[in-house]
Amino acid sequence: MTDQTLARPEAKKRSLPHFNPVYVLVVALILAIIVMNPAFGEPTGYMNFLKRVTALAILSAGALYVIVSGGFDLSVGSIMTLTVIGSSMLASNDPNSTYWIIPLMLGIGAVVGLVNGLVVSYLKVPSLIATLGMMITLNGVAFMWSGGAPRGYLPDTFRFFGRYNITDVPVITLLPIAVICLFGFGAILWWGLHRTNFGRLLHAVGDNPQAARLAGVPVERVRISAFVVSALTAVLAGVILGGRAGVSVDIGSGFELQAITAAVIGGAQLLGGRGSVPATIAGALALEAIFTLLNLLGLAQPVRLVVQGLILIGAVALATYQRKRSGR
Amino acid sequence: MTDASLPTAPRRFRFDRHASTILLVAAILIYVVLVVALGQTRFLTLENLVAILGRSITLGITAIGQTFAILVASIDLSVASLISASAVVTSVVMNGDPAMMLPAVAAVLALGAVVGLINGIVIAKLEVNPLIATLGMSLVIQGVLSYYYNNFAGNVPAEFQIFAYGSWGIVPYSLLFMFALAALAWFVLRFTRFGSDIYSVGGNKDAARLAGIKTANVVIGAHVICSLCAAIAGIYLASRLRSGAPWIGAEGVYDLESIAVVVIGGTVLAGGRGGIWGTMAGVIIFSLIDSIFNVASVDAFVKQVLRGIIIVAAVAFYAARSQRPVA
Repeated sequence: MTDQTLARPEAKKRSLPHFNPVYVLVVALILAIIVMNPAFGEPTGYMNFLKRVTALAILSAGALYVIVSGGFDLSVGSIMTLTVIGSSMLASNDPNSTYWIIPLMLGIGAVVGLVNGLVVSYLKVPSLIATLGMMITLNGVAFMWSGGAPRGYLPDTFRFFGRYNITDVPVITLLPIAVICLFGFGAILWWGLHRTNFGRLLHAVGDNPQAARLAGVPVERVRISAFVVSALTAVLAGVILGGRAGVSVDIGSGFELQAITAAVIGGAQLLGGRGSVPATIAGALALEAIFTLLNLLGLAQPVRLVVQGLILIGAVALATYQRKRSGR
Repeated sequence: MTDASLPTAPRRFRFDRHASTILLVAAILIYVVLVVALGQTRFLTLENLVAILGRSITLGITAIGQTFAILVASIDLSVASLISASAVVTSVVMNGDPAMMLPAVAAVLALGAVVGLINGIVIAKLEVNPLIATLGMSLVIQGVLSYYYNNFAGNVPAEFQIFAYGSWGIVPYSLLFMFALAALAWFVLRFTRFGSDIYSVGGNKDAARLAGIKTANVVIGAHVICSLCAAIAGIYLASRLRSGAPWIGAEGVYDLESIAVVVIGGTVLAGGRGGIWGTMAGVIIFSLIDSIFNVASVDAFVKQVLRGIIIVAAVAFYAARSQRPVA
């Protein structure tokens, strides 16, 4: 893995994203899972895996926008929690409520992202502190809204996105709606970051905000937009996760760090300037595959935290080391 | 920055120096006005003042350490899980046996020193972003801790609870201890070579290196101090709760709150400027805010929401005037 990254010149990385080592890592991990558990090779096995990873993958791809612009967004997990709790409180088991609840939640998400962006851009609060504060606040709001314990259920129309499978599909037998969402939103987020002017401005701002400002980039607006995108994807991830896993008061906790870890595994550079949506989604797959492997090995839940922490430090240390070696 | 407009420069300077005092006076005024307005003057006694301060010992001790990390232009987000780990280790090693008091304290201090050393080495030698390095460390500590414990574990002998509950007159030992620790930290920062090195490295790392300071060692030293303080805070918390549980640090949000308190006290997040007494003012401001919530009997969840907002607002209060773009 290391040698490949080192041998590959930087210019090639953008034109040939297929050679990002994260893809090799994902394939290797999935092969390892299949060896340990052959059922994983069946459509139900890998489709359920993809279904499980969808929320994190979409979330990470959105969080990548903020990372590329040079910040962190730690509020995404609490936005997911708020989405699930808020939806269950509002729905009160009415299947028709879904049609206005999801747009409403997206609206709330947009406001949260806007506030994050404004606080970071104009009040100059470091994004880590600003979004951590937002996290505490939103978790408090979610608790307040539910009165401490979740009441009500999510109607089936709401859970459609996270739970429903299209059956009788040729070749792959079943196709979860979540997987369609994964590819759909993944493509949109890829297009936004890698094929639009906005994406180029994000890279410019993250790489060197002063230079971007002098070049005429509206730095504040670009950064605020990044936080809005991140918050909106968090709402979508919340809808999908809530659909799959149901309602609980801490459903989103921990996702903010998993999203950053996924982006880092995908080769995103913290504090901005570089990152790829497909590689980040692959990073999310790799992280979930590692968790699945730990499960298969019979290791308890807390081990995940340790592994995740070590990956986070290791990946950043490796990236720093490579940058120093290549003299940048 | 200062040469932008000469007339405003001195005013901004004064503001920066006295902002924590202004905030402290404002918090005291709000508290007094509220108590008088609600007619609950029983909250204005000396005993109550001591009680207000006594509630923030854990935060205070943690914040003293965090001041060192931030002064050296680093940050430590692993303090909350280290506090949990220290409290659990304290109560498990003691397990009700007074003879194990010293070994337990020694073990916890060793744990703190090791965590700080690793944090410092990863940040200074491997040049990992301090936020990520300490977040990763936090995950590792929390993971290991919750692997072995999922509830209150062990118990602290009555002799050791004196640390939290014993008092000299009306002043608890723990409060005296916190101020003694603050005085020690002030002495180190003000009068020792290491202290001035911390300000140099935090102010401008490259200049400090060119001046012959071993910057990596200073960063590592600051992180060891920070983690030691968090470990001591964990010991105190174990003594106070009579036992340790793996969630008590995260529950107190000591990572974010200690940073907020340090920033409210006038220490600059970019490093190099600030001091211990500002941090102590920040701690007192925070406990006053808590007391205001209590006197006004604010709902627990609303309290959490307000806390998040106040922390961000407090950091913004200082940061909004800075001209540099922030990450």
